[in-house]
Amino acid sequence: MKITLNGEMRDVGDGTTVAGLLKDLGFQTEGVVVEINGTIIDRTRFEDTKFSEGDRVELVRFVGGG
Amino acid sequence: MVHLTEEQRIRYARNIRIPGIGEVGQAKLRESRVAVVGLGGLGSPLCLYLAAAGIGTLGLIDADVVELSNLQRQVLHATSRIGKKKTESAAEVLQALNPEVNLVLVDRRVTAETAEGILENYDVVAEATDNFESKFLINDVCLRMKKPFATAGILGLSGQAQFVVPGKTPCLRCLFPQVPRGTPTTAELGVLGAVPGILGSLEALEIIRWVVGLWQPREDGSGRLHGVDGVSMSLRTLTVRRRPDCGCAAIR
Ligand SMILES: [Zn+2]
Repeated sequence: MKITLNGEMRDVGDGTTVAGLLKDLGFQTEGVVVEINGTIIDRTRFEDTKFSEGDRVELVRFVGGG
Repeated sequence: MVHLTEEQRIRYARNIRIPGIGEVGQAKLRESRVAVVGLGGLGSPLCLYLAAAGIGTLGLIDADVVELSNLQRQVLHATSRIGKKKTESAAEVLQALNPEVNLVLVDRRVTAETAEGILENYDVVAEATDNFESKFLINDVCLRMKKPFATAGILGLSGQAQFVVPGKTPCLRCLFPQVPRGTPTTAELGVLGAVPGILGSLEALEIIRWVVGLWQPREDGSGRLHGVDGVSMSLRTLTVRRRPDCGCAAIR
């Protein structure tokens, strides 16, 4: 299944969740903001939100340094 | 009603030429009072660009001293001023850059107890602290005081920035109801100086847009989260919506 991740095409397995993708990318779920097709996903839904073919996914790390 | 001196017309000629700023916008900058909390990586470009642009009063807020390990990113400071208070080190540079700016040096920590007293005399706040606890504290205090604020974070090769207008945009807690925990610091994972260079400059731009009146609320009440990722070299902008159960939702 193909999704667009931050403007780049990416293949993910059927049934991949937001939490699963973040794990594959090596990101801590704690400090990431995820948007799918223009809507930011509530952090409590990362485990049960699955991607669909053609989803436009935006991912921004949320960091605390200054 | 706009009285700029001949010297100001020359100094700010390229501000004044920008559609939406003009002499009226320049006068607004001169009359504005901006607090910068944190004179580090983000605070460095923030202070430099705000002072250069002609902000009237700049509050320089930081309780630390300049250290050698600061200098690869905190370009406001200098090797010759290691050991000096950051407020004084910053003031030296900013006074030389633009003697017209009124600098207020606040050599204190912003805490739950001190924040309101420190920030009350400013129109708008630039949050440039180095930890989530302070960022979320400033979020909460600014919401309570109905002060708009720019906020950003940096780590490694990435960072993000937002501009919050109480009652008009979402706040930090619309994204993160709880302060993120257990995330690494720049002391652990490092940070490249150009990263706060970008994010601090974004904050300065947001503040100036607000002061001159270029900022407009979006009809649906949404805000934006700007993300910079220097690993994949991509810049992303996400639409943030107000969370109905957030503490900021009651603010009008
Ligand atoms: Zn909120």
